[in-house]
Amino acid sequence: MKVLYFAWVRQRIGLGHEMVNPPDGVATVAALVEWLRARGPGYAEAFRDTRAIRCAVNQEYVEPDHPVAVGDEVAFFPPVTGG
Amino acid sequence: MAVRVQEQDFDLGAELAALTAGNHGVGGLGVFVGLVRDVAGAASVAGMTLEHYPGMTERQLETIEAEARSRWPLEATLIVHRVGRLEPGDNIVLVACASAHRQAALDATAFLIDWLKTKAPFWKLEETPDGANWVDARESDDAAAARWSR
Repeated sequence: MKVLYFAWVRQRIGLGHEMVNPPDGVATVAALVEWLRARGPGYAEAFRDTRAIRCAVNQEYVEPDHPVAVGDEVAFFPPVTGG
Repeated sequence: MAVRVQEQDFDLGAELAALTAGNHGVGGLGVFVGLVRDVAGAASVAGMTLEHYPGMTERQLETIEAEARSRWPLEATLIVHRVGRLEPGDNIVLVACASAHRQAALDATAFLIDWLKTKAPFWKLEETPDGANWVDARESDDAAAARWSR
């Protein structure tokens, strides 16, 4: 599974993207966040307030209960500020 | 019908001329150009860096553009958004809609920029005297986008 981070999520984690291999029980975005949060202090800081983070799976916006699976592209980022 | 994300500046006159070239059914052109300001609240801004999500950004812009074309009778549309480091006065974004009549052109242009601001994955990092700050999303932008919901 490819995970991407943008803006301050990327800065706090210290990576723009990475390949991860979560255990089988990690089947939703919310579960993936919980699993990522335990990977280190940068992750814990980035995911401290999940209300401040948006998620996309395969480049479409999704809610925390959306499923994730092997081969998905999952992105985490703050609310957008373009234009 | 065209969506572009690019580092380089755009030439407003050339972009608009190309948009309507050869189409004499166009009676009106709605245009919005977003520029970098030199202030953010009380702080001065020396520049900003625009980050985006390559791939998803283009998909979102194409989805937004298709939505506009389903709502209004448009002859042509254009969205150009810059990324990378920009300075006060620089162009950030161009949205243009061509239609037979002004109301559709103006409304579709407002719709596109309002939706772009809340849906397209871009983020602004502003340079202020206190350091670099990620711009927070604004509730007023959500409200502006919500007025087009139906």
